[in-house]
Amino acid sequence: MNTAVENPFLNTAKGSVNERHLDWLESEAIHIMREVAAECTNPALLFSGGKDSIVLLRIAEKAFRPGKFPFPLVHIDTGHNFPEVIAFRDKRVAELGEKLIVGSVEDSIKRGTVRLRNPQTDSRNAAQAVTLLETIAEYKFDACIGGARRDEEKARAKERIFSFRDEFGQWNPKAQRPELWDLYNTRVHPGENMRVFPISNWTELDVWQYIAREKLTLPQIYFAHERQVIPRNGLLVPLTDLTPPKEGETVETRVVRFRTVGDISCTCPVASDAADVDAIIAETAVTQITERGATRMDDQTSEASMEKRKKEGYF
Amino acid sequence: MSGNVTAAVVAEQNLSNAVSSERGLLRFITAGSVDDGKSTLIGRLLFDSKGIFADQLDAISRARHKRTVGDTIDLSLLTDGLEAEREQGITIDVAYRYFATPKRKFIIADTPGHEQYTRNMVTGASTADAVIILIDVSKVKLNDDGSVELLTQTKRHSTIAHLLRIEHVIVAVNKMDLVNYDQVVYDRIVNAYQQFAQQLGLTDIRPIPLSALAGDNVVERGDKMPWYSGPTLIELLESLSVYDESHDEPFRFPVQLVARHNGHEANDFRGYMGRVEAGKVSKGDKLVVQPGGQSATVKDILTLDGSLDSAVVGQSVTVLLDEYVDISRGDMLAAADRPATLLKTVDAEICWLSEEPLDMRRKYWLKHTTKQVAARVTKIDTLLDINTQERRAADALKLNDIATVSINVQQALAADAYDASRSTGAFILIDEVTHQTVAAGMIRID
Repeated sequence: MNTAVENPFLNTAKGSVNERHLDWLESEAIHIMREVAAECTNPALLFSGGKDSIVLLRIAEKAFRPGKFPFPLVHIDTGHNFPEVIAFRDKRVAELGEKLIVGSVEDSIKRGTVRLRNPQTDSRNAAQAVTLLETIAEYKFDACIGGARRDEEKARAKERIFSFRDEFGQWNPKAQRPELWDLYNTRVHPGENMRVFPISNWTELDVWQYIAREKLTLPQIYFAHERQVIPRNGLLVPLTDLTPPKEGETVETRVVRFRTVGDISCTCPVASDAADVDAIIAETAVTQITERGATRMDDQTSEASMEKRKKEGYF
Repeated sequence: MSGNVTAAVVAEQNLSNAVSSERGLLRFITAGSVDDGKSTLIGRLLFDSKGIFADQLDAISRARHKRTVGDTIDLSLLTDGLEAEREQGITIDVAYRYFATPKRKFIIADTPGHEQYTRNMVTGASTADAVIILIDVSKVKLNDDGSVELLTQTKRHSTIAHLLRIEHVIVAVNKMDLVNYDQVVYDRIVNAYQQFAQQLGLTDIRPIPLSALAGDNVVERGDKMPWYSGPTLIELLESLSVYDESHDEPFRFPVQLVARHNGHEANDFRGYMGRVEAGKVSKGDKLVVQPGGQSATVKDILTLDGSLDSAVVGQSVTVLLDEYVDISRGDMLAAADRPATLLKTVDAEICWLSEEPLDMRRKYWLKHTTKQVAARVTKIDTLLDINTQERRAADALKLNDIATVSINVQQALAADAYDASRSTGAFILIDEVTHQTVAAGMIRID
């Protein structure tokens, strides 16, 4: 790999194309977050402990400090988490001195609103939508700020920055409100809500460059480490209680890192020896595989799986 | 297509090239009718600049609704991300795509060609610095008498580009391979377009002959059109200037939020949060608060990363003034010597975006910068015929109509002409009952 000096993607010096671009992205995201704070009655910021929502927290600090955030943080907890991510979440919330609300898929299962064929091992990623909608209803949120990016997935590439959801929490991709200039139409009726994505225009590479520039800390599983994995369908499935090897499969120890962090039952690491942010930027700049293509079991089940989940209320 | 090898080579080149003459971000849209090669062009741009990944190529070659024959990859499936789009083989809504060269970063808004989705094209156009208007050489009618008939959609998209004041228009004369790369055909089409553009009032026209399918003049020059000496498409995109490069417009700062801390103390903190929408502001500058008219001096400009001596267009900051002034969200801080114009009656061009026609008896919400006021359309001056460019009288507006109107607003707007400033010259109308965004508006000040 090239050294830091030779790699233009690592050059975030004053006046460089990357630095100017990060400034623009940051300023746009601050502007969007302040519009939410000004126009929405009861917003929330979705914080999972993953890299995109860690960037959102930084943007919120840039937008509102020295004041408090004008919204609570909300985590929709599937119960199937990497423990270091939950530890990171709680530490970060404490450092910021902000309020965290946890909506739990486990509670939805107990209530009977989430039904799984096998509650112990089934992916709970899709079930998150139910718990999210229940949490929105319980706290009467009219806007949820999320860290989704348009470069992640083809259905997300179609999404507005202020994305309207009806009283059933559903996204209707055929009837999105036109979004002109940066004049966002934030009006909703009671029971309806907005999903707002301040980092819509960021790419995976932008996120890592911003993490480098702002010196943000991340859960350790984003960096190269040894882990027991099961090679399956071109993915490296992490060995956990929820994801045991199938018959005939072998468990291998590999040096890996996570590009995205979600529910254990559907998130895979990639083979990588990138142990720090600069190494990850260098790797991201030349990778041939998208973030989700490399890591998510649930996006591969059908051509429109993300679109379907979003129509059901997923963020 | 040679597959991942090409992409990897380009990526390596990106890494080894020095970053020079950086120009920041360019946002552009592609416009053109169905099947004139828009998706192929985007596919080519993304592919040759490493904007497509191996798994995306893999996914579209497995796709159910493929429109190409045999092993050919259907690149349109990269941008048509919705199931309904794949089923019907058309683009319904805007998709945003991202790619970079060592010189510049790009955001493409891939907008629909179908007339019924014009409002989504307006959505993409509103944030674009440049538009690529694709003309399919094989569809343009070249008459024996020397005249050339451009397609209605070419005219419609050019009209919208002009209406929204997209700065640069790239006329991509595509599928040159189908006419044996004939310069005469190209010249005739470009002449016809330039005549039409002049009629519209478009000034910055950049014609380019290309074949998106064969890759001629997109990223690589190729050897088929030695008679063309201009830049390739990617060189052109890398070199275009964008609005925010000069800061000599008058300062404009719509207040988003008033930040107050320690409100119980005598010397409490009171900052005005917002983004510089035009010009530049420095400590000590004299400002006027609009529409109120009070004056104030800038004491400090704050960000999380510290205090700034000045802030320029595009920066989100918090402004502190040297004395207490009554300011709320929706007010505008402006250069005292060059304030915005106060308007109680707004003359504007609007594009009607709703299936429900305009009702002049009804009240709408008008959102302009950070301000929302009640508004009523009092008069439709003229309605534009896109084919003939003629303007005629009208008493109703329906979906996709473009008209000049007069609007009464409940409180004065501090505004500029859209020609002078996109940010302070644009507005939207919102239906107060359905909450739909029903119109895009561009303010005219004579």
